[in-house]
Amino acid sequence: MDNGNRTETIRTRIWQEEPEPDNPFAARAAYCHGYDVYGDMLGRASWVEMLYLLFRGEAPSSGEADFLEAVAVALANPGPRDAAVHAAMCGGVGGSTAASCLIAALAVGAGQLSGGREVFLAMEGWHRCGTDLDEWQRHLAVSPDDPASIWPTPGHPPGFDPHGVSTSTIVKHALARLAVLSPGPRLSWLEANRLTLEAAAGLPLTLSGVAAAAFADLGFTPEQGEMLHLLLRLPGAAAHAVEQRELGHKKFPFFALELEDDPAREAI
Amino acid sequence: MNGPELLEAHADRLKTRMGGCFLGERVVFRGRDLHNDLTEIDWIELYLVGITGRRFTRKQVLMLQAMWGYTSYPDARIWNNRVAALAGSARSTGALGMAAALAVSEAAIYGGGIYIPSIEFLMRARRELDGGAVLGDCVQKELKTRRGIAGYGRPLVSRDERIAPLMARARVLGFDDGPHVRLAHEVDAYLHAGRWRLRMNAGGLLAALAADLGLSPRDYYLFMFPVFLAGMPPCYAEATERPEGALFPLSCAHIRYEGPPKRSWPQPFPASAADGAESPFP
Repeated sequence: MDNGNRTETIRTRIWQEEPEPDNPFAARAAYCHGYDVYGDMLGRASWVEMLYLLFRGEAPSSGEADFLEAVAVALANPGPRDAAVHAAMCGGVGGSTAASCLIAALAVGAGQLSGGREVFLAMEGWHRCGTDLDEWQRHLAVSPDDPASIWPTPGHPPGFDPHGVSTSTIVKHALARLAVLSPGPRLSWLEANRLTLEAAAGLPLTLSGVAAAAFADLGFTPEQGEMLHLLLRLPGAAAHAVEQRELGHKKFPFFALELEDDPAREAI
Repeated sequence: MNGPELLEAHADRLKTRMGGCFLGERVVFRGRDLHNDLTEIDWIELYLVGITGRRFTRKQVLMLQAMWGYTSYPDARIWNNRVAALAGSARSTGALGMAAALAVSEAAIYGGGIYIPSIEFLMRARRELDGGAVLGDCVQKELKTRRGIAGYGRPLVSRDERIAPLMARARVLGFDDGPHVRLAHEVDAYLHAGRWRLRMNAGGLLAALAADLGLSPRDYYLFMFPVFLAGMPPCYAEATERPEGALFPLSCAHIRYEGPPKRSWPQPFPASAADGAESPFP
């Protein structure tokens, strides 16, 4: 397409900028959903209030902001056993660029096991079933279908741990604390009905299942929840990547190899 | 075995059939010695051996190479290429720009999101037609299920300039009359006759060629991952040669704001700022 000399525009409901009188490419003021970011919000709005505003278009109540703050703390570091953090550390230990460490964490943490896609699918479950226990039991009884998409066929009901034996204490603590703070009904309902839902899934609840309910309670769409989950888990990945870079590759596991299809062995 | 026992069984070692490196000695690549058995292999075939575990004929490799080459456009306006170019303009690294551009290529309306549904549709329809089904029923069912047919229709324009050269190359190499390629054209003709504005795009033909070459949907998906790559380095390179920030610079007037009017932030200043202190904002 040849657009000739036509001035292109980016449409947005989120952001408005006013140009400096001497430079149309420099902003003298920036407004987020109508709020003056540098003239009015800075120093008054918190990081999570800004996050909420960006996605929802309105300032959160103090209760909503406190709740999102708690969710962000719960998700900030999945720990070095988590595959996404492991991926970030693989970048750090080899001296890869900072961005590649975060890209690694995002790519691995995007999936259907503890990742953004799992949160997306779990939030679709909340949109479909709400707080109707019968509907959830029917939903969890159906095997996930093959979506003929870029995503592999889901291997377990989203929000539950395919390798879990019982609900971890961390998950129970997070659920209990967040349920008290939540402005919505889902987390309290999840806490009250956790055992029944886990029986229906045949698996224990995970932190990503709690996060999905939390994001739904805040009114986020599945797409927004997926993005927030990716974003809020990055701090731990970044910190662990930097730490492993400092420790060096000799102190990082390389693991043993058991090669089953080895031509050298067959030649013997 | 499941639960923690399953994870314990996989801990601390990589049990694999795919290969491994014995540093300082040799490398095994899917059951072959990389530096002895595969020394003269084309890179594209090595990539395919990695995906499928099997070797390909010279003609098959040339066809698959054309499938990659014909869809590499060094046009920095295209969304995925633009990412590579913006990385250059913002003075990021080439690898980060290209990696991000390839990741962005896994889109819903073009690129990666199309590969699996398009080849699955053609393979499923082929099986059903061979079993006695009618083409119209297969097409209607797909339209009803997916509200479209992957590999048919195109954003921005309807005509696809890659189809004629791809078919010409397929004719030369003997892949122009395979069962899935024939079917892809039959679907195109059916949609055209029915006045759907869904002409076959290169994605439909590429999926048909891949199916005729014996690739599974997952093989095809992995094979296609770098399909746009050759067009990206030129976009990055030229952007790095321009003044920094000079690729598609956006002035404030380029942003068309459609949100709520200006308003005051509802939260009060923190106590430390509000306790008699002057506001930091005049």
